[in-house]
Amino acid sequence: MNFLLVLEWLIKGFVWALVLLGGFAYLTLYERKALARIQSRVGPNRAGPWGILQPIADAVKLIFKEELTPAKADKVIFTLAPVITVVPAVIITAVVPWGPSFNIFGYHLTLYIADINVGVLYIMSVASIAVYGIVLAGWSSNNKYAMMGGLRSSAQMISYEIALGLSFVSAILLAGSMRMLDIVSAQSGYWFHFIPKWFVLLQPVGTAIFLIATLAEVNRAPFDMPEAEQELTAGYHTEYSGMKFALLFMAEYTKMIAISAIGATVFFGGFNGPFVDQYPWLGPVYIFVKIIILLFGMIWVRATFPRIRYDRLMAFGWKVLLPLSLALVFITAVGIILAQHYENPSLLGIIPMASLLVAGVAVAMIDRTLRRKDYARR
Amino acid sequence: MRVVEPVVELARGLWTTFRMMVDKPVTIQYPEQKKPVKPRFRGRHVLKRYDNGLEKCIGCALCAAACPADAIFVESSENTDEVRYSPGDRYASTYEINMLRCIFCGFCEDACPTEAIVLGDQYELSFTDRRQSIYPKEMLIDPVPEGISPTPQKTRPGEFTRSVPEMKDPVD
Repeated sequence: MNFLLVLEWLIKGFVWALVLLGGFAYLTLYERKALARIQSRVGPNRAGPWGILQPIADAVKLIFKEELTPAKADKVIFTLAPVITVVPAVIITAVVPWGPSFNIFGYHLTLYIADINVGVLYIMSVASIAVYGIVLAGWSSNNKYAMMGGLRSSAQMISYEIALGLSFVSAILLAGSMRMLDIVSAQSGYWFHFIPKWFVLLQPVGTAIFLIATLAEVNRAPFDMPEAEQELTAGYHTEYSGMKFALLFMAEYTKMIAISAIGATVFFGGFNGPFVDQYPWLGPVYIFVKIIILLFGMIWVRATFPRIRYDRLMAFGWKVLLPLSLALVFITAVGIILAQHYENPSLLGIIPMASLLVAGVAVAMIDRTLRRKDYARR
Repeated sequence: MRVVEPVVELARGLWTTFRMMVDKPVTIQYPEQKKPVKPRFRGRHVLKRYDNGLEKCIGCALCAAACPADAIFVESSENTDEVRYSPGDRYASTYEINMLRCIFCGFCEDACPTEAIVLGDQYELSFTDRRQSIYPKEMLIDPVPEGISPTPQKTRPGEFTRSVPEMKDPVD
């Protein structure tokens, strides 16, 4: 523990927080632009060239807006709830490595903030703190819509957290470690010299479950139950305005970035890519590009699919994703044991095949259930 | 057993939205670019003139009577051959439309016996003071054609006795 180390931590933490907060601002613009293009519109283009000053205008507007606190709200919790929501969203990505370590001016620089040996566990635990903020926001507003939004969000997040955790488990099994750096290095290298060893190829169904469950985790469409406008006005942030609303909004979008960064790290090879060993600065570029692509996926899904009904959301989480992800954990474990037992890594190939088979069975069963007449009427 | 089709259906939905990204946006950059209005568009009212510069409006107040929102106020005065605003005996000395009341139904246009009031193409009608919502005759009336003396004109006696002109079938 010397002075330089503390300075390095400070600088890295500061830079990463700035990246997240700036990224949040520009993610709103990115989303609005992408949605606009999908809907044959132009999107914000008045504030600065191509609307690049739009987030700043939004921020100024939100800062100067009047802060309203409902008369019978629980004032302390009402003020605290946005903070409780934002903080986990910002600190969750501390374990994500965004580049390989390298020497610069004789100083060994590592491109991550914390290297925890239970990194994935840290992500899961911090992610579940965020739900407190939303529930407390809903409860303290003393408003039935906000309350219902908060309750829905807690039920939804707890349900999908299980599927999310189990989809992490298959990645942990494949990497043999919970450290994010080990997970990334397990995905370096190539099969047949051109297929990258990303876990998305070894466990495609697990990746799909991860992507679906993250949509529910960050309350994005088509799982945006807590803020279903048509039913709950604005859900848990109905009573929030001004900067408190901005904090809740920021938490949502920062969580989107965080979850994309985690997904890119765990399933899409993290900072791995061509020539990253020779040029370490390519690492951050690769992970940035992967995050952008995953974020586009979230926006794209929002633009495409309608919100699913609440009971079906819960049924999908508990009756489909949970058994499926448990089966995937089993398949992954069996594949790894077989590959180790016969000392033949090509036996790992049965993992994606068996997973796709099980996923096919699951799809067929969902399809049959949805086509049953009495289910459609229910 | 349908395994592939449900996934293909989801993917088709995604492809549909993705394909829309290459479409040209339908947005019109409004203050800079304006879309021409349709021929029967009902915008701000215009009081028309004849080719010789006389006003078509004869101050009959049929438009005010037809107006369902009671937005029009007309006050008429006598024409003389020395001080002539419109053909016939009378002209509208005051003609005001309250744009806060007007619902742009076009009934005034239909009621007018001389086709003097027409709902035009102008649709940028914002104002910042409610007093500005009353559009007086000076704002509504067409400018005098070039080379023609403005109203009131001095005319020869007996030339403009007929207040309602002979009408053709209406066109847009």
